[in-house]
Amino acid sequence: MRRRVVITGIGTIAPGGLGTKAFWELLTSGRTATRRISFFDPSPFRSQVAAECDFAPDREGLTPQEIRRMDRAAQFAVVCAREALSDAGLGPHELRPPRTSVVIGSAVGATTSLEREYVVVSDGGRLERVSHEYAVPHLYGYLVPSSFATEVAWAVGAEGPTTVVSTGCTSGLDAIGYATDLIREGSADTAVAGATDAPISPITVACFDAIRATTPRNDDPEHASRPFDRSRNGFALGEGAAVLVLEEAERARRRGAHAYAEIAGFASRCNAFHMTGLKPDGREMAEAIRAALDEARLDGTDIDYINAHGSGTKQNDRHETAAFKRSLGPHAYRTPVSSIKSMIGHSLGAIGSIEVAACALAIEHRVLPPTANLHNPDPECDLDYVPLVAREQRTSAVLCVGSGFGGFQSAMVLARPDRRAA
Amino acid sequence: MNRAVITGLGVAAPNGLGVDAYWSATLAGVSGIGRITRFDPSGYPAVLAGEVPGFDPAAHLGPRLLPQTDHMTRLALVASDAALADAAVVPQRLHEYAMGVVTASSSGGFEFGQRELEKLWSGGPQQVSAYQSYAWFYAVNTGQISIRHGMRGPSGVVVADQAGGLEAVAHARRRIRRNTRLVLTGGVDGSICPWGWVAQLAGGRLSGRDDPGTAYLPFDARACGHVPGEGGAILVAEDLDCARERGARQVYAEIAGYASTFDPAPATGRGPALRRAVQLALADAGLRPADIDVVFADAAGVPALDRSEADAISAVFGPGAVPVTAPKTMTGRLYSGGAPLDLAAAALSIRDGAIPPTVNVGQLAPGIEIDLVRGAPRRVPVAAALVLARGYGGFNAAMVLRALS
Repeated sequence: MRRRVVITGIGTIAPGGLGTKAFWELLTSGRTATRRISFFDPSPFRSQVAAECDFAPDREGLTPQEIRRMDRAAQFAVVCAREALSDAGLGPHELRPPRTSVVIGSAVGATTSLEREYVVVSDGGRLERVSHEYAVPHLYGYLVPSSFATEVAWAVGAEGPTTVVSTGCTSGLDAIGYATDLIREGSADTAVAGATDAPISPITVACFDAIRATTPRNDDPEHASRPFDRSRNGFALGEGAAVLVLEEAERARRRGAHAYAEIAGFASRCNAFHMTGLKPDGREMAEAIRAALDEARLDGTDIDYINAHGSGTKQNDRHETAAFKRSLGPHAYRTPVSSIKSMIGHSLGAIGSIEVAACALAIEHRVLPPTANLHNPDPECDLDYVPLVAREQRTSAVLCVGSGFGGFQSAMVLARPDRRAA
Repeated sequence: MNRAVITGLGVAAPNGLGVDAYWSATLAGVSGIGRITRFDPSGYPAVLAGEVPGFDPAAHLGPRLLPQTDHMTRLALVASDAALADAAVVPQRLHEYAMGVVTASSSGGFEFGQRELEKLWSGGPQQVSAYQSYAWFYAVNTGQISIRHGMRGPSGVVVADQAGGLEAVAHARRRIRRNTRLVLTGGVDGSICPWGWVAQLAGGRLSGRDDPGTAYLPFDARACGHVPGEGGAILVAEDLDCARERGARQVYAEIAGYASTFDPAPATGRGPALRRAVQLALADAGLRPADIDVVFADAAGVPALDRSEADAISAVFGPGAVPVTAPKTMTGRLYSGGAPLDLAAAALSIRDGAIPPTVNVGQLAPGIEIDLVRGAPRRVPVAAALVLARGYGGFNAAMVLRALS
């Protein structure tokens, strides 16, 4: 019999409120957490909007030493991992370290700390031969972001297979898919898996400016992220993390753990087309969706909610609308689809795991989060995007998709945990 | 279960660009370590690195790719072309979704990133390249390789410092077991630019010696850190039945076993977990310690780490009971590219019945009881090889390659 994997713990840090409870309240209220960038003066930049977290690491229980050593994204991951373990009702002594894995996704790693330290060692960008004398000792941990997995492994006491997954904006989905594989194949029984990114820094804002990927709606930052709307003009950069406890289902059942959802299927494909561009036909994403459904042993018509990538760029929202129609056929028109990026922005690699957390909570609470700011749908985006207001609806199987630079297209199927074992 | 085998090798190493150049230099004990030429290293406390010689990107890559790629991505693209050519695979003849790309990365396109940071901070946001959004990030090599060869199947990118190079190949095997026919996998890395150098120096493990002959001496009583390098290897991993069906001209080895473990947190006071990784990898391959003919060591070059690796090897195999080698003494440590290059060397050892030497190492440090192959290559049949890799922060990985019988 094949091993099944369930989500038994959720830890979240998202713009608009820390912790999973605040996150879910924001999503179901339909409020937005995008605002004018406050971390630095954004006035020289084309896009001056982002979804920032009001996160104070000392208040979240990190020691001064940990705060100095860890990039903000690593801090997010550790705090989320602790929340997830506690939510799963697992004390550190209840994990068997050699059978516990850590898989952390991140698109851009410690880029914010790297930029901060670069400015120091280059004397504000003046020195090409930067100075080693001003480098902080933990700079190596910023250079190679596998340090994020190290920090989480230390925090939870894991000694099983441990890695960082970095597939751009699908990192969060792919990390959870990777951890699911580890449990299914028997390399681990429990995995602490999720993703984190804290990219709101001048270099990241500048690089998305350069390709006009982010929204320039600077005069109305609260309504800047407008997926599927005719007036959308780019994504709003975000930050955050979600870390889940994944367990082999039988083991979770034996210890009486609460399961939010089963990770029933996962697949990824590449478009092999362009590092940032998408073809409008959604072909490769549709293929990933079909493969994920196959793995879940479900049919497209079994899907009763789609958590979209919905970044709010012109090309993405068309691309994925086409992918849903291509993979689900006429059922796409009957399936509610929403984008939580309308509320919490696009936190690059982290968002995929935050969206999986949202899907698990949607199954649990029988509520679908809405797409905020959607007043005038693009005629090319003609599905039911749950505009503006959350919707009460019981779901048995939901689809979560992601699309990223590098051409990555990923799809995950989550199922109500009490569904008949296939 | 599908069996994953290696049918093609693409190498970009400091002591040879291309498999033949690399392997003949490696058997001859020719090192590629020297004073850094990619920037002026004077004034830094380490000045040596392994740089890939004679690399002319414009000879391999079109004018569209050059401005959007970091040096290490160019090396990776050339290595991926070479791997496919070595395997005699024509990607257009395989189904697009039956081919994937899984690479490891450590620091992404750091040199590209330094240039753009400099433009931003000295000139302003309008100076930043439109390519910065993807030229530096960790997923760039997988993305660019998939585009170049039209590979649309399951793909991935892992970051686990030096251990990531094995983790990527293990993930490729996982995909093949689940019916992807062919995966280009491995890693090519390098951040030999001033900003990358300063970040590497901060790790505290670089050798400060300026003599290439004595700077990187793993297991030696004089060990004082390592020399880093750039490059690595891209491998064609393929389902054995598919390889036979298309009449593959060679099968170097089967990816027979793999395991990874993570060291206990420092606060626990418990020792490292490399030994457990070795045992699990052997069990995964269904082999006993006596079946292993050579161990390619991680070879940190840091005394305490050398000792713990030697202890793990001795504990599993018995003191001095298995030949151990570290050809990376000729290339430097290549971050995510190092272990894939060792896999290539292991595959070639199996093919040729020759274990390449560890160069420069003299007297082993007290307490290190391994049979380290030094001097001339050792000519012995190699049916199974174990490759070890450890990543900064606690990552351990062990992979077994086995000849097809």
